[in-house]
Amino acid sequence: MDKAPVTSSFRASLPRVFEKMIEFLIRTCGWSSIICVAAIFIFILREAAPILPRLNWVEFFTTTNWRPNPALGNTPHYGALALIIGNFAVAIVSMLMAVPVGLAAAVYVSEFAGDKTREYLKVAIEILAAVPSIVWGFIGLTVLNPLLIKYAGAELGTNLLNGSILLALMSVPLIVSISEDALRAVPDSFREAALALGANRWETVYRVLFPAARNGLLAACMLGVGRAVGETMAVLLATGNTNQIPHSLVDPIKTLTATIASEMGEASTGGDHYRVLFVIGILLLLITCSINLIADYVIKGAKAKANG
Amino acid sequence: MVDTVDNPFAPTLVEQKKERVASVAKWTTFAMAVSLVVPMLLIIGLIIAKGFPAISMSFLLENPRQSGAAGGIWGPLVGTFCLTLVCLGIVAPIGVLAGIYINEYAPDNKMTRAIMIAVTSLAGVPSIVHALFGLAAFVTALGLGKSVLVAGMTLAVMTLPVIITSTREALSAVPRNFREACWNLGASRWQTIRTIVLPNSISGILTGVILVVARAAGETAPIMLTGAVGFKPLETEGIERWLPYHLGDDFMAMAMHLNTISRDVPNMPVENKFGSALVLLVLILAINSLAVGVRVWLRRRKRW
Repeated sequence: MDKAPVTSSFRASLPRVFEKMIEFLIRTCGWSSIICVAAIFIFILREAAPILPRLNWVEFFTTTNWRPNPALGNTPHYGALALIIGNFAVAIVSMLMAVPVGLAAAVYVSEFAGDKTREYLKVAIEILAAVPSIVWGFIGLTVLNPLLIKYAGAELGTNLLNGSILLALMSVPLIVSISEDALRAVPDSFREAALALGANRWETVYRVLFPAARNGLLAACMLGVGRAVGETMAVLLATGNTNQIPHSLVDPIKTLTATIASEMGEASTGGDHYRVLFVIGILLLLITCSINLIADYVIKGAKAKANG
Repeated sequence: MVDTVDNPFAPTLVEQKKERVASVAKWTTFAMAVSLVVPMLLIIGLIIAKGFPAISMSFLLENPRQSGAAGGIWGPLVGTFCLTLVCLGIVAPIGVLAGIYINEYAPDNKMTRAIMIAVTSLAGVPSIVHALFGLAAFVTALGLGKSVLVAGMTLAVMTLPVIITSTREALSAVPRNFREACWNLGASRWQTIRTIVLPNSISGILTGVILVVARAAGETAPIMLTGAVGFKPLETEGIERWLPYHLGDDFMAMAMHLNTISRDVPNMPVENKFGSALVLLVLILAINSLAVGVRVWLRRRKRW
């Protein structure tokens, strides 16, 4: 009781002012993600806007005539059908490989593997996820390229199959980790009940865990598709950059992403070609954002159901 | 004697068949898991085998010559380093503070859900679209010019969701009663965060920061439209030979260098291509193992 109570003073209020400032800063940064998403849409739309009313949309979506830089005197054509089909073809073929392997690997890691094996496999999958996409592209160009010519009878080693293999390897880690999360989120009581009824391990997986984790597994596949559609460098280097609708697995193709990456350098700023590439950017943004948001909704829905 | 008495617990035919199916399923899933590991080992082994002969001090320390066909990789290495530093300097404070906001301050309302949706969408934006954004916003609208700064800013936008998500996870792993105990002692929200929450989650936050470094060092698409160039003649003398870039210069980076030499440069020794790929791969894997190390350290140090 020998000290007088601290009276409110400038010194005492200083920490409070500091605290108000730092909280203001935190709040502002909290908005950063919304600001970034809004800015991405606004600025890309801003660059694409002048051509939106002039662009021949029917040609854009239904023809394969992509001639942004025609000979003097001819009008340029922007038919992106082959690019869109190429993009989805490479994504779908890669998913045909990645989804079964990814789901099976997730089942093994989550349900069958012992602790040691699980740790090793997870490290391996993390390494796989860490390899940059340009290194994958390099591998496609230098390793898969001659292999495909030799064994798949391809004329050109950089083709749809090459890109799909790379994309499969790139998106498998994502599929495995999300599917594994989904399988682990199924309560152990489900497994115990199934085993108590006489089901063996596989029947438990097949009849109980798959239905219970259905949404999570679905979301994993969708996120894999999203990753595959948006991937740029690997497909730029490994798919051959040929504007055509593929008729076989070993046809070279060109994707939307690779088109932007390879043609933006030569398109003059503010020209039609430049703006059409931004239109392709909007298209990609819409495709991947809707895939991701639906996947997110599917996961959230699954969680809400599991919690009652 | 034993043979004549039927074992009442012996599996019936149906059960035997079920067991066989289960074992086939187990080994099939195992084979699938292994089929992920094998190509990875093959590829890494091949890059090491073909790239290792090219690695030497002079390869690492010389600048590229003849559009990248000769010389070493010093210029691109420094470029990647500067780029990562700029990106980190921008994204680390903003991302960590955003993570703190979402986990510690944000009320459970529509706005917060919108922020979470924004984080999810941002994480799903393709890297080439980030490149378009950097080009449209920083180069065209702000007039900054293609440079280390602009490429770093573009990468910062791209890696923002990574750091927000990992910070948030690290923070939410700190038990709630730690905070409650601190509040009960009369500490304010920020005091609690500074003295209790952050010290207990620092390794988790660090892991996120390290992952951002790995991501920034390996990305090609966002920087190829915003400042990275395939080849740039550099000074041969003086300080500029070792530190070739200013913040406003265009620059070479490892990822972009690999892109250039694997496509555009003819008559280049194959070992040098694989050498560059090896350096990039080792760089990224080393940064990632650092993150794993921090995570293991965190798990050991955890006191609750």
